[in-house]
Amino acid sequence: MLEIKNLHASIDDTKILKGLNLKVSTGEVHAIMGPNGSGKSTLASVIAGREDYDVTEGKIDFMNNELSELSPDERAREGIFLAFQYPVEIPGVSTTNFMKTAVNQVRKSKGEKPLDAVEFLKLMKEKMKLVNIKQELLSRSINEGFSGGEKKRNEIFQMAMLNPKLSILDETDSGLDIDALKIVSNGVNTLRSKDNATIVVTHYQRLLNYIVPDFVHVLMDGKIVKSGDKNLALELEEKGYDWIKVKN
Amino acid sequence: MSKDDKILKEFTSKEYEHGWSVDFDVDQAPIGLNEDIVRLISKKKEEPNWLLNWRLEAFSQFKKMKEPDWSNLNIPKINYQDISYYSAPKKKKMLKSMDEVDPELIKTFEKLGISLLEQKRLSGVAVDAVIDSVSIGTTFKDKLSELGIIFCSFSEAVKEHPHLVKKYLGTVVPSKDNYFSCLNSAVFSDGSFCYIPKGVRCPMELSTYFRINASNTGQFERTLIIADQGSYVSYLEGCTAPMRDENQLHAAVVEIHAEKDAEVKYSTVQNWYPGDKNGKGGIYNFVTKRGICFGNNSKISWTQVETGSAITWKYPSCILKGDNSIGEFYSVAVTNNYQQADTGTKMIHIGKNTKSKIISKGISAGFSQNSYRGHVNVIKRAKNSRNFSQCDSLLLGNTCGAHTFPYIDIENKSSMVEHEATTSKIGEDQIFYCLQRGIDEENAIALIVNGYAKEVLKQLPMEFSVEAQKLLSLTLEGSVG
Ligand SMILES: Nc1ncnc2c1ncn2[C@@H]1O[C@H](COP(=O)(O)OP(=O)(O)OP(=O)(O)O)[C@@H](O)[C@H]1O
Ligand SMILES: [Mg+2]
Repeated sequence: MLEIKNLHASIDDTKILKGLNLKVSTGEVHAIMGPNGSGKSTLASVIAGREDYDVTEGKIDFMNNELSELSPDERAREGIFLAFQYPVEIPGVSTTNFMKTAVNQVRKSKGEKPLDAVEFLKLMKEKMKLVNIKQELLSRSINEGFSGGEKKRNEIFQMAMLNPKLSILDETDSGLDIDALKIVSNGVNTLRSKDNATIVVTHYQRLLNYIVPDFVHVLMDGKIVKSGDKNLALELEEKGYDWIKVKN
Repeated sequence: MSKDDKILKEFTSKEYEHGWSVDFDVDQAPIGLNEDIVRLISKKKEEPNWLLNWRLEAFSQFKKMKEPDWSNLNIPKINYQDISYYSAPKKKKMLKSMDEVDPELIKTFEKLGISLLEQKRLSGVAVDAVIDSVSIGTTFKDKLSELGIIFCSFSEAVKEHPHLVKKYLGTVVPSKDNYFSCLNSAVFSDGSFCYIPKGVRCPMELSTYFRINASNTGQFERTLIIADQGSYVSYLEGCTAPMRDENQLHAAVVEIHAEKDAEVKYSTVQNWYPGDKNGKGGIYNFVTKRGICFGNNSKISWTQVETGSAITWKYPSCILKGDNSIGEFYSVAVTNNYQQADTGTKMIHIGKNTKSKIISKGISAGFSQNSYRGHVNVIKRAKNSRNFSQCDSLLLGNTCGAHTFPYIDIENKSSMVEHEATTSKIGEDQIFYCLQRGIDEENAIALIVNGYAKEVLKQLPMEFSVEAQKLLSLTLEGSVG
């Protein structure tokens, strides 16, 4: 589904990604771990098409499309979803309104009729249950004054609403209390299917007990330096990143 | 060019929608401004002597006055002798009902999305349609008159209800108030008149739609709204003009008088032609709007969405004379390209326990300049009065300007004034967040801008609100940074 080959990306002439390779197939969950500043969020942004980053070398294929051809909103409509590490506030725009605009624009791009108020509400109700989020929160300005946990939960709610093919969760677990972590993980697991794939970026092995990955990758200094199965996460937790540095 | 600038550029380059004009026979006064013109206008309107004299007095005053120069506007020299002060579509005879209005005129308004045929109208709105200098008809008059509500053109009010006009004309905005109100008092040609009797809640929105059609003319209309004790009315005003290379002058006066326990809600969606991308043409909009909360517990609320005009100079204000009276001002002013707006409000607290609220949202894009100017004055005897002001500016790109000029005078200790002001830019982060959810740039900007202006937009009557939201997006199409 996603194939990244020799990806080099920089921002303001600072090289961040330096020859990154990653292959994700449908039905898989990949975890990406790595020290602060190693380029995890950068990778997520580059896949999503943020134009502040220059891709200087390499390419990203998604569902047999060369992604560089597509604008961020086109990528989103193709089914790429990014749960932001730092969700953005938009004053005066409720999550409901935000999602209504998004869902209907995605539908339109597929030649489907926009959902009317009743149908939309029904969809919302269904997805709200999944992450146990309250209507009241969704009618407030999006992310404005939300607690850290509420923001993350709201991201997963949006993911559920948009039903993406590839979801990238950037540190969705940070800021969640134990109960919320379970709820969110449970939501993600429910949405998992053989037709979609998930990349979870995290610092904590704990999340991977709930969202069990098929692969774990270690991203350091702009490259994936080690890949393995879920046991790699345990090993990392025990030994720290220096262990990998030393081995390389 | 950065990504943002690119979006900005596309979004701000949308064409004006109502830029066409229609040729119909007009009865137009010769170009120029002098006493004879004032007399001519009065004569054409078959006005009583007292009104002619009132005009003449205003005109002699006007000759002694100078254009105001305190605004943050760069106003090119206006040649007041180069304008025709009266232009009216020719009528064959006196009209008895809307059915007799020239079909061409009806079509003109239909093209603007305004149907003057009652059976086609949304039943919740009565319309007075003013083209150039005259009102061409008012809908639902009969239905309203059953309740004792008078809603008609100003000229008709002068003929049918002279005592009311004479009693209230110029009491809220004296002709000498300022240069433009003085000019208006001398040469005003038509406008709307509305009287809501005691205890009546007007069951429909009353609205006036202003259209400038003829070239080389100015539009100088007056609106007078009187809400008697315990009455309520919601009033709407809309305006458009053709695209013309020369600038056209619009200098209107609106007066509102609210008696004890009365409430008037006045909403405007101003969409005069703003000029082209390079700042050529467009309407100069110099408007004086003021309401007086005359009786105790009365309330006047102004809501304005200002998107058009090359220059906007406008400060809808409230004089809070009655005890416990309330004045509100909600404004969204959008400027793009080379538009300039200097707009805001005055809240004059005279009665005790009076309250005022000011919510102003400026949005500037392109090379435009957008200023908020407000004056809150609480006089000594206005004990326990309150004002809350919030003035926000949103910048799209970095070639435009936003300015805030709040003036506050409180003359007693028991009153309180709160003022908040912010300036922000549409964030790249906000746009990317929208894009990432599949929303395209244009819709993203529309969403963000409408969210920003929501507090004001939600004050508008439903039908207007939707229109205003579309208008905001259209005006800004192409702009973000
Ligand atoms: N505009 C910029 N100019 C220069 N360097 C930048 C810029 N933006 C980000 N960086 C740098 O890029 C590097 C990678 O950042 P990124 O956010 O991708 O890290 P991360 O792996 O997600 O870290 P964390 O675990 O803390 O979230 C960091 O060193 C950061 O400082
Ligand atoms: Mg990060």
